[in-house]
Amino acid sequence: MNPEHRRIAAKYLADKWRWKPLEYVFWLAALAAVWLLPSHHLILNEIMITGLFAMSLDLILGYAGIASLGHAAFFGLGAYTAGIFAIRVTGDPLLGLALAGFASAGLGFVTSFLVLRGVDLARLMVTLGVALVLGEIANQLTWLTGGADGLQGVTIAPILGKFEFDIFGRTAYVYSLIVSFLLFLIARRLVISPFGLSLRTIRDNPLRASAIGTPVDRRLIAIYTVAAAYAGIAGALLAQTTQFVSLDVIALHRSADVLLMLVIGGTGYLYGGFVGALIFKGLQDVISSWTPQYWTFWIGLILVILVLIGRDRMNLAVATGLARLRGKPAPRPRTIVGDR
Amino acid sequence: MTRRAFIKTGAAAGFALSLIGGGALAQDTIKIGLILPMTGPFTSTGKQIAAAANLYMAQNGATVAGKKVEIILKDDTGVADVTRRIAQELIVNDKVTAIAGFGLTPLALATAPLATQAKTPMVVMAAATGIITERSPFIVRTSQVVPQIAGPFGEWVAKQGMKKVVTIVSDYGPGHDVEKWFTDRFKANGGEVVNLRVPLQNPDFSPFLQAAADFKPDALLVFVPSGVGTQFMKQFVERGLDKSGIKLIGTGDVTDDDILNTIGDVALGLVTAHHYSASHDSPENKAFVEAFKKATGGLRPNFMGVAGYDGMHALYEGLKKTNGAGGEALVNAMKGLAWTSPRGPMSIDPDTRDIIQNVYIRKVERVNGELYNMEFATIPNVKDPSKAK
Repeated sequence: MNPEHRRIAAKYLADKWRWKPLEYVFWLAALAAVWLLPSHHLILNEIMITGLFAMSLDLILGYAGIASLGHAAFFGLGAYTAGIFAIRVTGDPLLGLALAGFASAGLGFVTSFLVLRGVDLARLMVTLGVALVLGEIANQLTWLTGGADGLQGVTIAPILGKFEFDIFGRTAYVYSLIVSFLLFLIARRLVISPFGLSLRTIRDNPLRASAIGTPVDRRLIAIYTVAAAYAGIAGALLAQTTQFVSLDVIALHRSADVLLMLVIGGTGYLYGGFVGALIFKGLQDVISSWTPQYWTFWIGLILVILVLIGRDRMNLAVATGLARLRGKPAPRPRTIVGDR
Repeated sequence: MTRRAFIKTGAAAGFALSLIGGGALAQDTIKIGLILPMTGPFTSTGKQIAAAANLYMAQNGATVAGKKVEIILKDDTGVADVTRRIAQELIVNDKVTAIAGFGLTPLALATAPLATQAKTPMVVMAAATGIITERSPFIVRTSQVVPQIAGPFGEWVAKQGMKKVVTIVSDYGPGHDVEKWFTDRFKANGGEVVNLRVPLQNPDFSPFLQAAADFKPDALLVFVPSGVGTQFMKQFVERGLDKSGIKLIGTGDVTDDDILNTIGDVALGLVTAHHYSASHDSPENKAFVEAFKKATGGLRPNFMGVAGYDGMHALYEGLKKTNGAGGEALVNAMKGLAWTSPRGPMSIDPDTRDIIQNVYIRKVERVNGELYNMEFATIPNVKDPSKAK
């Protein structure tokens, strides 16, 4: 790499590294919700956890191009680890969170070697298989996991011995928000780096990536392990804030839903998972309180419309609107955050 | 007044008004949060219970003890953490007097600690695992308990002179319960049992049917989730086991009224034990079935529907006694209630808050062109044997 290229790459990363206004808006809004939406903390907590889970999928799908139908395996392992740890060892939430992250990272590391073999379709099958196997293990180990009845008797101690989990879900939401934000910062650092760029190269053309000397396998193993840890922590958050774990943390529908949310929100810019979770869960909450039986129809319809219009075009419309407000010329057709 | 001050005052006034309004509403309205799987694989449960609960309100009026009763129906898609979150929102935001529904065991278990914490009565209208009512002193059940059906059935089968039975159950909680209670009671009455378990996810029964046939049993007991039952019966008939002298028996879940007609003739002659059949011969049931069909456009009520109907009855009667008050008083008022339900006589056990009811032995027959579970023997007033101390 000659100095000129180095300079261009450094400038590119520095540009990316700068926080965009919309990013501030997003996190400040999430923080403001602690005071402004006191009656919605429970759903917000669920959205935040699901968003974190979706972001972990974004790390492998959006950045490394690994499509997975079994990401709930890590989410579920994290949830069960945190739940069982709370019952058998101690109810301290932060320790449980860390342990869940390590457990899922371990599983992610081991199974990443399976994912390296084969491409898209084979990967879908392999990841799906891992989740199914884990689900059946959880079903069979009744003495440990409670089997089909679910894991009961999870009691979580106050965070740092001070903040008790309340019935309004306030502590739960603040806890999930802080954990998600910290993990987001790390993920942001990770993807806006030479490492992150090399992942994108692999996503776009693995053959060329290896031709220019990128250690493709090692990079994929690394990001898969990190994503697994993230998913595990998301699962642990769910287990701790609901104080219950059942087999559906690991079920296929959870893997499928999170993929769907990521598709709604958009891949490859980290916020897609959060945005998708917000849209999906928010719509589900609003529409299903109008029509508990037929809300899936409306969600489906909205998805179809979303696909027909195309997210890029919608983003462009928003960006154009914003630009007009500021009196600047309309931007070029590209997404407003990220560069996909 | 500046614009900002105006907005502030307006907002404050609105907030104050909403507080007053909210207070007044809370006094005049009794809200019942009904949490059911209205979408996803267990939609049928939700549909039946919601329809029956609405029917009960339509028949008995929406007023109890001078207060308006309002059902808030929520869809939990059959996922436990969602059920819990919705229950929490209903208790905290909507200030419901009671929560009800709960389509599956984990959904009820996930919510049980909340009922205790918030002192909110919780009426379980579907989930059937024994331990549920022990998880919170605020739980009352109006559906059924697995051991309540499987235990007496084992005894009854033994008394029919059968010596050898093979059980095939799906490998999950409720399946294990059926297997255990049937086997215990059947063995206690001198029978011999071979237990087989099939994976929940894998509906190919042929190797298991072959293994079962090799034992040459008098009867084959089956328990699988209701949709899978059809497949099981088809394979049973395809392999000619129906002609080999092996009787197919099961709990009533396999011949659920809701799907019995779609199972078709392979179900004919199947002997099952359960607490409710749409063909139950009583004036109460005839009226119920007719009204239910009318309200739902021809849907036949099943055991889920009747549990929703009875759950509303328990709540109504309890609220009448407490004059509309909730909390512990309401749970106490529901304890010991006894009435004639469409399913027959039933009561709420004052000690365990669980249901006491008749268990009927039925046989699938074709009546007026439709398949029905025709009751031919009754085991009266069965308590949950898993809680008998």
